[in-house]
Amino acid sequence: MGKSFIKLFVVVALFLKKPSFSEKLGFSLSQFVVATFAVLLTCSVSGAAERTYVDLGAPSLQKIPIAIPLFPTTPDSAKLSGKLSDFCSDSLDFTGYFRIIDRGAFLEDYREMDNTGGRTNFRNWTVVGAELLITGGVRSGNDQIEMELRLFDTLKGSLLVGKKYTGRLTDHPRMIHRFCSEVIYHLTGTRGVFDSKIAFISNGSGNKEVYLCDFDGQHPKRFTRNHAITLFPAWSSDGKWLAYTSYKRGRPHIYIEHRREKHGFVIDKKGINITPAWLPGQFKLAATLSHEGNQNIYLLTGKGRQIKKLTTSWGIDTSPTWSPDGRRMAFVSNRAGTPQIYVKRIDSGRVERLTFQGKYNTQPNWSPKGNKIAYSARMNGRHQICTIGFDGKGPVQLTSRSGDNESPSWSPDGSMIVFGSTRGGPSRMYVMTAYGTDQRRLLALPGEQTNPAWSPAGVDN
Amino acid sequence: MRKELRMILLVVFVIPGIMLAASCTKKEIRTSPVISSEPPVYEESPLTRHEAPTTTSERDMMAREHAIEDERLRQERLRMEEKERLERLRREGERIGGEVAASPYPYTQVASGGSPIWEDIYFPYDSAALSPDAQDMLRQKAEWLRNNPSVSLIVEGHCDERGTNAYNMALGDRRAESVKAFLANLGVPRSRMTTISYGEEQPSVLGSDEAVWRRNRRVHFVLE
Repeated sequence: MGKSFIKLFVVVALFLKKPSFSEKLGFSLSQFVVATFAVLLTCSVSGAAERTYVDLGAPSLQKIPIAIPLFPTTPDSAKLSGKLSDFCSDSLDFTGYFRIIDRGAFLEDYREMDNTGGRTNFRNWTVVGAELLITGGVRSGNDQIEMELRLFDTLKGSLLVGKKYTGRLTDHPRMIHRFCSEVIYHLTGTRGVFDSKIAFISNGSGNKEVYLCDFDGQHPKRFTRNHAITLFPAWSSDGKWLAYTSYKRGRPHIYIEHRREKHGFVIDKKGINITPAWLPGQFKLAATLSHEGNQNIYLLTGKGRQIKKLTTSWGIDTSPTWSPDGRRMAFVSNRAGTPQIYVKRIDSGRVERLTFQGKYNTQPNWSPKGNKIAYSARMNGRHQICTIGFDGKGPVQLTSRSGDNESPSWSPDGSMIVFGSTRGGPSRMYVMTAYGTDQRRLLALPGEQTNPAWSPAGVDN
Repeated sequence: MRKELRMILLVVFVIPGIMLAASCTKKEIRTSPVISSEPPVYEESPLTRHEAPTTTSERDMMAREHAIEDERLRQERLRMEEKERLERLRREGERIGGEVAASPYPYTQVASGGSPIWEDIYFPYDSAALSPDAQDMLRQKAEWLRNNPSVSLIVEGHCDERGTNAYNMALGDRRAESVKAFLANLGVPRSRMTTISYGEEQPSVLGSDEAVWRRNRRVHFVLE
């Protein structure tokens, strides 16, 4: 591109040397040179401003080394210092984007650091391998806390994010999560997982019931008290409603429940009423019903009234999942003899088969970022989590551990996947990055945990 | 003319030189960072250590995409064959399922009705098809139901644990429906029969081997 540009420049410049040409065109050689100058300058400036730290579209993940020294505090709240910086460090570590540098390697004493960065010697941080640095300053007293948190690019010595938070002492985890969210937004261009929750099924009480926990597995809380098999929790895209299947009246019906106000609606048609999936941005959902004989997918209002039939196969069609724009729906069908994943375009009604490898591909979950579908594939007798492009590109296998790995659900920013796994014996919830790295258990609860569903962003507590 | 050409060449090469120098000096001038609620604008080129892996991984990705494309084409070719094979497998599966059902079970599953004819009906893997033996058993049940017109029936569909739970819920529904349809065709009024699918949620036997799975792929009857 550079070479051809110079050639073009020379040719045009030679033409413009002749006064007759430049008169016809209405501008002189010197004007042309200046104009080219301006164009080049804008190009280089705009190019330089687009620095991507974490590219969510890249096929592999590069971890960014980050240093998070202890946050200096006022003497009366010295105990908080380690707690807050550790919490910040753990929260960022959760995302899988970072390599947290051990504090033992630091050259700087956190007590003598200038957390505003004005007098920071960034070389002391690049020398220990840090590309990013987070500093904090904390003042607290009378149940109040004031935190200043900053993210620096140590290579450029520049401030990337600076935030000040004031509030009650008990709010400090939310302040730190809010800051982590800013950090992820700055580095990836999308809001992170820090204000999301996960719904899941646990049988710790003796029955399968819906539970909710924070994105990082903290604060698990039972949501339903159906005292009966309860499955397939699904979040509405505003996070206000949960739909799920329960046998609390003896049969598999779908209950649509407001998260706070504890009122709702039931889909209780004959046969099965399972796998609700909310249409993004609307108070409507798709679900598998069999009241007409075959197991087909229907579109219903949030109040459970049938709008239309979305699939019409003679076999099993189930497990719908919507593209973020609501124009396509992936689902499972056994119309070709084995359960495989298909994609239906809602406008044209056209259905295409997505998965061709293996004989048992189920549980599709469409990434909120739109480009990929996660699902579970049976390989050598075990279920493994895979992703595939909605256009069929892929598939990529993300898990390979022993045991079954099932029910993938994307985080709202498309950066992580939560899933159920029996790798340690009973089924538990695990998380990993969208690349399959950093697989770890999410929480410890009695009983077995299955069917996790990651909420949309911005779900309040 | 040559003089002019030299001048132009000079302009062509000197200008980018000056620009490069200008952008370099720009980088060195840094204002000391001040805390703000707005993310500051900064002008930098991307770090080289991020660049290198991207290009290799792009190559990798392209190579992979090619491989995947080839694989897809191959799959397309094999699809028709595969479809036929599957259909054949299915037919064989039904036959094998028949053999399985014919073998004497080492247990007797008695429904709440109390009569031994109400034992469970078994199915091949991922199928709701009724084997000849299952059909024979259902004929006995139909006859009993015709002789006991006051009794109504709950037909429960179950699956083994191997599949995933949503698909199994649908499969259990199909199993129950196929039994109900068969009985209805033998003259049992549909109004006397209701179906419930439990998918893989209520195995009759716990464990993870074929003997256990075979006993869990069943339709169970509850008489009312």
